[in-house]
Amino acid sequence: MSPLQRFTLARADDALVLGHRLSEWIGHGPILEEEMALGNIGLDLIGQARSLYQSVGDEDQLAYFRGAGEYQNLLLTEQPNGDFGHTMVRQLFYSAYADPFWRQMMGSTDPTLAAIAAKSEKESAYHLRHASEWVIRLGDGTDESQARAQQAVDALWPYTGELFAADPDLPLGTAPDPQTLRPVWSATVGAVLNRATLRVPGGAWMQSGGRTGRHTEHLSLLLAVMQSVPRAHPGAVW
Amino acid sequence: MTPNTPLWEVFLRSRSGLAHKHVGSLHATDSTLALQAARDLYTRRGEGQSIWIVPSNAIIASDPADKGMMFDPAADKIYRHPTFYDVPDDVGHM
Repeated sequence: MSPLQRFTLARADDALVLGHRLSEWIGHGPILEEEMALGNIGLDLIGQARSLYQSVGDEDQLAYFRGAGEYQNLLLTEQPNGDFGHTMVRQLFYSAYADPFWRQMMGSTDPTLAAIAAKSEKESAYHLRHASEWVIRLGDGTDESQARAQQAVDALWPYTGELFAADPDLPLGTAPDPQTLRPVWSATVGAVLNRATLRVPGGAWMQSGGRTGRHTEHLSLLLAVMQSVPRAHPGAVW
Repeated sequence: MTPNTPLWEVFLRSRSGLAHKHVGSLHATDSTLALQAARDLYTRRGEGQSIWIVPSNAIIASDPADKGMMFDPAADKIYRHPTFYDVPDDVGHM
């Protein structure tokens, strides 16, 4: 597998794992309107994952027949849903990265990735707006909602450093330098947290390992559910 | 209905439509979230090009009890329908 294929696979894993997490809300949404919104966002992400997997190989093989150690998704995306505020903060952190990432990827020298980026950017822009509006309202809401939102920000913060890990093997021009995404991300997230009257955590220590297959315990549990049907009935069709 | 999630009416203009049409309602805490929810509930299959949101309590509705007074008098005024005129063939579409 080439460095660009590995890079693509990791982004597919991000989208699939986070999309699956959002699908776990189906039947548990706080209100019907939001349940639909979470389902829509999950489907957008799973659609992005499919396009990316297909550009690398067989999408079913890649999604259903790799173990946790072979997944290269960001640790952020595999973190459990928690309460609704926790899910929205996780989505804000991811989408504030994904939106400028896809916007820059539209200029990739790889035509397939550039095409996937053009579609994904519009989706990510909406995901970012949706999550931002909720984080602002939860943070600047009641004492209870603010405490829960702040707890989510503090708990998820150590997983945000990994968003900007460099991939030195990539051919020049195929993907943005992650370091150029960091100031955009910091400005977006900072502005939302500020409006939400939430504190930006001070801690500089960051968790990492997702890109090299060293995951938190949550991923294998997620995969056990997600992969159970194709592994029990390989090759089944409907 | 919970007091902090009022009801909103949703109107969509479709790709080919000229006017916004009522498509349903939803609950949301404010107009921004109502617009987002309308997008997520009512435009999933490409139904809309534009969304209007109106607070349900801003709609002034006729009283169903007044139905007789309001609408029955129009029922026997068939001459108000332009169906009594012979349209010459060369007028074309009307």
